[in-house]
Parts: sequence; structure tokens; C-alpha cells
Amino acid sequence: MKNTFCIGGVHPHDNKSYSAHKAIVEAPLPKQAVILLSQHIGAPAQPVVAVGDKVQVGTLLAKAGGFVSAPVHSSVSGKVVKIDNVLDGQGVPAPAIFIDVEGDEWLPTIDRSKTLIHECALEPKDIIQKIQDAGIVGLGGACFPTHVKLMPPPGKKAEVLIVNGVECEPYLTNDHQLMLEHGEEIIIGIKLVMKALGVNRAIIGIEANKPDAIEHMQSLASKVLGVEVRALKVKYPQGGEKQLIDACIGRQVPSGALPIETGAVVDNVATLYAVYEAVQKNKPLISRVMTITGKNVQKPGNYLVRFGTPTAQLVEMVGGVPAGTGEVIAGGPMMGRSMSNIETMPANKRMSALLFMPENECYRPQPSPCIRCAKCIDACPMGLEPYLLSRLAKGEEWEEMEKHRVMDCIDCGSCVFTCPAHRPLLDGIRAGKGKVGAMIRERQAAAKK
Amino acid sequence: MAQLLTSAAPHVHSGDTVQKNMLFVILALLPAFAVSIIAFGWSALITAAICIAACVLTEWCISKYMLGQQPSITDLSAVLTGLLLAMNLPSNLPWWMALIGCIFAIGVGKMAFGGIGQNLFNPALVGRVFLLISFPAAMTTWPVAKGFATSYLDAETGATPLYYLKHITKTGDVSFVDQLPAFKDAFLGMMGGSLGEVCALALIIGGIFLICTRVISWHIPVSIIATVALLAWIATPEGMGAHEFIAYQLCSGGLMLGAIFMATDYVTSPMTAWGKIIYGVAIGVVVMVIRLWGSYPEGMSFAILIMNAVVPLLDRIAPKRFGEVAKK
Repeated sequence: MKNTFCIGGVHPHDNKSYSAHKAIVEAPLPKQAVILLSQHIGAPAQPVVAVGDKVQVGTLLAKAGGFVSAPVHSSVSGKVVKIDNVLDGQGVPAPAIFIDVEGDEWLPTIDRSKTLIHECALEPKDIIQKIQDAGIVGLGGACFPTHVKLMPPPGKKAEVLIVNGVECEPYLTNDHQLMLEHGEEIIIGIKLVMKALGVNRAIIGIEANKPDAIEHMQSLASKVLGVEVRALKVKYPQGGEKQLIDACIGRQVPSGALPIETGAVVDNVATLYAVYEAVQKNKPLISRVMTITGKNVQKPGNYLVRFGTPTAQLVEMVGGVPAGTGEVIAGGPMMGRSMSNIETMPANKRMSALLFMPENECYRPQPSPCIRCAKCIDACPMGLEPYLLSRLAKGEEWEEMEKHRVMDCIDCGSCVFTCPAHRPLLDGIRAGKGKVGAMIRERQAAAKK
Repeated sequence: MAQLLTSAAPHVHSGDTVQKNMLFVILALLPAFAVSIIAFGWSALITAAICIAACVLTEWCISKYMLGQQPSITDLSAVLTGLLLAMNLPSNLPWWMALIGCIFAIGVGKMAFGGIGQNLFNPALVGRVFLLISFPAAMTTWPVAKGFATSYLDAETGATPLYYLKHITKTGDVSFVDQLPAFKDAFLGMMGGSLGEVCALALIIGGIFLICTRVISWHIPVSIIATVALLAWIATPEGMGAHEFIAYQLCSGGLMLGAIFMATDYVTSPMTAWGKIIYGVAIGVVVMVIRLWGSYPEGMSFAILIMNAVVPLLDRIAPKRFGEVAKK
């Protein structure tokens, strides 16, 4: 029997057939690239270029704003025309650097050839430095700066690298296609990160609905000592960091602790591909593979998109917004965000997909009273009681919510997905996470005084 | 282009509905209901029809005229309550008694608490126990299973296996063992009793269907049945085989109906795995205490209602949390 995580989980229809096995196509360059300063968790990057500066592909535009932060590089060549706010996908102003594109000149240090470079003579700390300087963040969705994960806090030691090739979000196929087309680069990326961490074991977790990727990665991994592929039973949210560690090595991250507690470091396949390019090819993170898909999209597929490309151009590339579209989602349907602005919102490290949902699939029936069926408890992969947390939030009982472990919630949406009464359970839980998080920070600040 | 909709994630849904869950429970009851029609003929159909109609109508009237809500009878919960109550009644119960039971079940058992999801006690059992206390003679006069020959108005009546078992355990007089129906009949449904207690096999089929379709989990039925079996084994009277005694205890009375369909009612049962197991074991203990020492031959309704009251307490038992599972 195939492994999976032990508590909860749901089985949404995967809908991957629209874009599965579509070769990665390079999206055309935009006329103007708009590079967001905050494309990661942590402090926003600070601009180091001024209006009027000429930049090339790979030029550093903004340096990291702290340890938990990441630098941002130019994805195009041209001239910086302004540093100003751009409206993001939700219509909220976000600081960005605007570059008028001229040609496609790359920094000469970047190796653009397709030749595989297997060997790496760098010391672990130099590998990590290169990863940090290249602005690499977790491309699975959270965008947590990768170098931070590679430097465990004192007293903690990594034992195993877990590679996330799960792609459990419905519709998404970008990681799948990347494994098929760039498996060798990913394997080299794995070896680099293993060296950086000082571990001799890596496990690539891939869900069983991608048999070709499993087979391909298995044949590549068999040549590398210590690297193995684990075919996992299909279940959402297996791509969640904690669920994947559980599925691969059977250890569970304790409540409130970091994943390193289990000795595991998790990186997404796309992140490891970026690590390969950064360390072996000197190429900073300036583009990513995005799935652009939906039931009625004319040209669904997997596209290599330079950051800063406005959404409008991506929409045009796939044949425009399909008739009858009700909702456009940045990311997958379980955890992605609805967009109200599909014009200026620029592609960025966080945007793994654009998903067009037909209007008739967007509306939900009116919520009815909870019938206490306990399906939300059975679905919750963290072993929480969503019905109870949601009720406590309504009564603003934040202390009680903390006792019932609201901070363990990973926002996966399994409870809402499964609720037969269509109750918006996560609304209250998210509010509670905000309130309880603030309470915890206040307590910690008070304890320090 | 048209304005885009925006909503919080997740943007897809399993498609499960309250109505679908209720419908599945109704479907799961159909085999047992079919057997009751075979056993008691038209009288079973009439009783069920009265109960379903009365429950739906009561809910509709109360929510529309007393609570001022949009009636939600399409969720099928009132249909299910009606059918379940009918399954708990003797088929020859006078129609007006059944009607009163239904009005009480929905009115007091469900709507007085605020409607679906709010009630503390199982509405069908509230109705049944109300009838049992109000009309004890009619509620304990069981028609003999004679198929379509059973008359609704003037049925031949007889005692149920539980009556004999009670007598045996109370007096130690095992001569009554001969009076018990053949075990095959008890299992397949050719014995006296209420509509839903005659065929253990059909009820078990329905239960397996509900567990396989994940409408209910195994915890409550299995823990009730296991507890009753264990206690029956311990309490087997002298002169009777343990297997025989256990089998009759499990297949007679409302045990299977209660364990599979009544105790698993979503609204009035605990929500976490251990809560369900404790609830099931406690029901098993209470029902055997009543059966062995109580004045009624059957105690399933009382056992479930007593444990309904403890559910808020059992809900304080947390589910298995992530990070607290023993390391492999």
C-alpha cells in the first residue's frame, strides 16, 4: 500500500487533463515589466536602482530587506521608468519597479546554454550564499526564502531532504511538466541542496496520479546514491509541508514547532530547478513555469513566464478570458486567491497558476445550519475541529480558539470543501488565526521586557 | 468584460449536501422497510405514510407560522424522522396515535430547540418514548408477522422474543426458550415487533451501505453491538447457550435499528472518534441493564436518549491531533 499522511484529507476532482503533458512554452516578453518588491514571505526588498538606470536580465533591482527576505532581479533588459505602486491581483497597491523593455540582453555571467553541469566544487556555505543571492524562495506556494530553511537554527540538524513533487492542487500541472522536461536539472538541484544541508538522503514525493513523472524521476534517481522516489497515494493536501513529511518519513511536526524538528527540510521541485540554475548557471530567479488553465480556456498549458509580465498579456496569450468565466484564480482552486484585477497584476514568484472558473461553478448554495455530521473533523489534516473553531470565532472566544489549536490550521480548505451544509468555516478560523497570532506576539513581547 | 466574482478559498466543493446525506439514510432504511411490508403488509405502509406526512407537515407549519423561517423540508430530515419513527412503532398502532407521536417528535423534539442541528435529543425517539409512556398498551402490543394477511385494524398480536428473554432472565425458567422464534426467522424478519426491528439482516445491509458511502462511521454501531454481545455473553442464563442468547439479544428488539440508524443521528451523537466509541459502549451498557433488570423488556430508546444528554460532554474529547500520533 502506498504511503500518505495519516489524518484527514479530501479527494477533489483533479481536473489536470486540460494542461497535463503540454510542453512548457515560453511566454512572449512584455513591453513593460513590473517587478513587485515583495514576492516572498518576510520583509519587502529594498530598491538599489534608480529611475533612468539601464538594466539587463539578471541585474539586481532590490536587495533583501532582512534575513527572512529575498532580493529581486530584473527579468528583462531595458530602462527603469518608475518605482511606484501597482495594483495587485486583489486591487491593493503594492510597491514595484517598472521597466520599459528593450531587446533581451542578459548579464554575461549567466550561462544560457542547455549543457548540463553536474559537478559543483563549492562549499556548502557558498551554495547557500548563491541561493540567497539569486532570490530563491519556495515556489510551491508559500514563497518562504529558501536559504533560511537551509540554515537550521543552532542545535537542530537536518537528516533528510524531502522533495515536493506532489502537486496536490487540482488543475495544476506545472511541477509535473517540469519533472518530465527538467528532471535531470532537478536531480542536480537535489544534490546541491543535500550538500548544502550536509545530508546523505533525499526522498522525492510524487502522487500516484503522475506515473510518468514517478517513472522518469525513479530512473534518474537510481543513479544517485541516497536519493529515492516515493509514490504517494493521491490525497489533498499532501503537498502541505507537514503532511508531506508525515507521508514520506512517518514523522509529525509537533504543534507550534518548525519542520526541522523532524529532521526534514522540504523543497519543491520547481525550487530545486531554480537552485540548479542559480548555482550552476548563475541565473537568478526571474521566471517560473505557470499553469494557465480552466475548462473553457482556448490554449491551456504550462508556460515559462518572466516575472513582471502583466496578467492581461497572459490572458491574451491563451486566447482571452473564456466566455462565461465567473472567477479568475491566482493559484489552484483549493488555496489560490480570487483576482479582481486581471489587467495590471504582474506575474511573480508566488503565482503558480491562472485558473479560469466558469460562472456556474463559482456560486455556492446558501449555508444551512450545522448538522454536526463531523465531516469537517474527518477531513481536517491537522486533527482540528473546524465546526467548533468557527463557532468560537463567532462568539469572539479567542482564548478558547487558541486552546483548540487554531494556530495549527494550515488553511488548506478541506473543511469547507467537504461541508454538506456549505458553511464558510474558514472565515471565522482565519479571523481567529489573526487574533490569536497577535495575542501570542503580544505575550512574547511582554515576556521579553 | 463582466465583473469578476471574488471569494475566499477554497473555490471548489465536494458536492455533498445535507439533503444527500438524509437521502442516503432513507435509502439505507428501504431494505428493512421492504421486509416490514412483507411481514406486516399494508399496515406497515399505512403507518409509514402517516408518519412521514405528519412529520413533514408539522415541520412546515411550525417553521412557517411559528418561527417565521423559510421551511427547509426539502433537506429531507423531516422525511427521515417520520420514517424512523414509523420503524419504531407497531404496524397496527391507531393512526391518531402515530399522528400525535409525529407532532410531538418534530414539535417538541426538534423545532422547540430551533430546528435542524439544534436539538439535543433524537426527535424520532422523543416521539416514540412519548407514545410509549402515553399509550403503553398500544405501544407494546405487537402484531404477529403475517404478511399482507395482517389486518391494520384488527391484527393478531403476540409477544416478541425480548418478552420471552426477559422472562427467562428474570425467572431463570428456561422452558420459555421453546417459545422463541427460530433464529433464522429472527434474523430474516419473520417475527413480531415494530416495523423496523423485525429483520436484522436488512438493517445490517443498510448499515454497511452507510459506512461504505461514508455517511456514518463504524464507531457507534460497532461499539454498541460489541458491548451488547459481550454483556450478553457474561449474563447468559443457565440452560441456554451463550451463542443463542447473544444472537437473540442482538437480533431482537430495536438493537440493530437503534445502533445503526438511531444512535448515529448526526445532530444528537458525538463528533470525534473516541467520543463516538464511549457513547456506543455506554448505550450498550444501559440497554443491557434495562433488558436484564429493568421493568421494560426493551431499553434501546431510553439508552440512546439518556446518552444524547451526555453528548455535549463527549464532544469535549478532542480528535486525534496532528503531531500526537505515535512515531512509526
